[in-house]
Amino acid sequence: MMYDFLVDLFGNSTLADIIAGTIQSILPLFVFILPFALFAVYLERKVSAHMQDRLGPMRTGWHGWKQTIADIIKLIQKEDIIATDNDKLLFNLAPIVVFVGSYAAFAAIPFSSYFIGTELDLGIFYIVAVTGLVVAGILMAGWASNNKYSLLGSMRSVAQIISYEIPTILVMLSLVMISGTMSLHTLSEQQTGYAWNWYIFGGPGMTLSKFLLIPSMFIGFLIIYISTLAEVNRTPFDIPEAESELVSGYHTEYSGMKFAMFFLAEYANMFAVSAIVVALFLGGYQSPIGYFGDLIGASWMIPIEQFTWFTIKGLFFVFVQMWLRWTLPRLRVDQLMTTSWKYLIPIAFVNLIIIGLITLL
Amino acid sequence: MKEYFGNIYTALATIFIGMKITFKHMFVPSVTIQYPEVKPQLPERERNRLYVNMDDCIGCDQCSRACPVSCIEIETTKSLPGEDLGKTSNGKKKALWVTNFTIDFAKCCYCQLCVFPCPTECIYMTDVYEFAEWERNKLVYDFATLTPEERQEKRDNLAKFNAEKEAEKLKAASEPKPEIKKDQPEEK
Repeated sequence: MMYDFLVDLFGNSTLADIIAGTIQSILPLFVFILPFALFAVYLERKVSAHMQDRLGPMRTGWHGWKQTIADIIKLIQKEDIIATDNDKLLFNLAPIVVFVGSYAAFAAIPFSSYFIGTELDLGIFYIVAVTGLVVAGILMAGWASNNKYSLLGSMRSVAQIISYEIPTILVMLSLVMISGTMSLHTLSEQQTGYAWNWYIFGGPGMTLSKFLLIPSMFIGFLIIYISTLAEVNRTPFDIPEAESELVSGYHTEYSGMKFAMFFLAEYANMFAVSAIVVALFLGGYQSPIGYFGDLIGASWMIPIEQFTWFTIKGLFFVFVQMWLRWTLPRLRVDQLMTTSWKYLIPIAFVNLIIIGLITLL
Repeated sequence: MKEYFGNIYTALATIFIGMKITFKHMFVPSVTIQYPEVKPQLPERERNRLYVNMDDCIGCDQCSRACPVSCIEIETTKSLPGEDLGKTSNGKKKALWVTNFTIDFAKCCYCQLCVFPCPTECIYMTDVYEFAEWERNKLVYDFATLTPEERQEKRDNLAKFNAEKEAEKLKAASEPKPEIKKDQPEEK
């Protein structure tokens, strides 16, 4: 494990524990989330541009790859505006709460078998609980901004996230029923081997229940993908931000670094939900075709390969999120609620019962 | 119940159709033109910056009069009897020195009305459209080929010539003139 390695490195003591813990906790931010956010913003622009037969950023660097770096430098330089009528305390706290909420989820996400923030036994439960902070942060932002657009956006966002957490949790629950664990690390380890051991194909083993589970797993996968999409406020569920209706929703009044924190949280969230979907259904960090390190007898290569596979899978689902964004129009508020309460939740419930019956076999 | 499942089916099916279309568009060549490097093909009869070929200009002032915004200013000076100004490319004899020919492109509306009346086809539209300036007076283009000294010289020459002529006239007027008979209606 990463943590043990770090503790050994600094000599076994309480201080070493503290240092190792600090490094362990800030490592994902600088190694993964910041570069990912920069890359994802660039990818988003390029994907959206090419889907509309445009070119996207082309001027800064080769095919505009420096564009997001320039953007973030601009954001750092910008003035931090706080209006007179803002609720100062909540206004300053909100971006931090939102960012902490989405960043804390990364603690339980297994990037590879050697690189997990913390190996929680209650990984899934922890993620669901801690991402609840985002809701509070968004509501704080909307309320403290003292702006009708912000308030409307944040209220919509809260209603949406609360509604869509139910189908997400129901699907997660069905996975917990099959695998018998809430730890994402254990879940990933169970799906080792080849692609047909993934939970989307019914999980490991060659039993009758595996084949009976396949349709339910596909349905579960679709439901969790749709509902996590809604949880991170992405199109077609982007009514909290709805540019054409609400300026930009709950972060209308924010500027400079506070806006950048919302932005970073949004993109971190995009990857977090993709990572959860991948860890639950698509084998987490496991390779679908076996490891190259095993083949040539270099076991130190395996964690690197696992990290690569995890990133590829996660990025693929981030790409699908962008793909959907430029395909589907925004849902109306009532349509949004209909999708959640009339379609996703009942189907998820029925799915849960069917999976429960099959696992009894 | 049938409607419920029908809705689910249509929703998913249409989403996949839409995704297929957007995915195809990712590989369609982009319509964007990288402007300064790649320039768009201009239409055959595009109207951009004017150009005046001063070799052919006879200083007839017709373009200036045709201009709806009066952006063309022409000043001509008569040539002296002995001077040969040459001929235009379509054989017209030039008789005037064009001492000033400015076009103010800040005023120009690119209507091309000045092009048609020109008897020698010396004013025409080019395909140059990148001539933005920081100062407005830099948009006043001077087409006259004569140097400022030459222009002054031509004006002086004419003034001198006119003065001489005037002096001659005065001289002639002071001398007694032969009486001019007026035509009288013929009586039948």
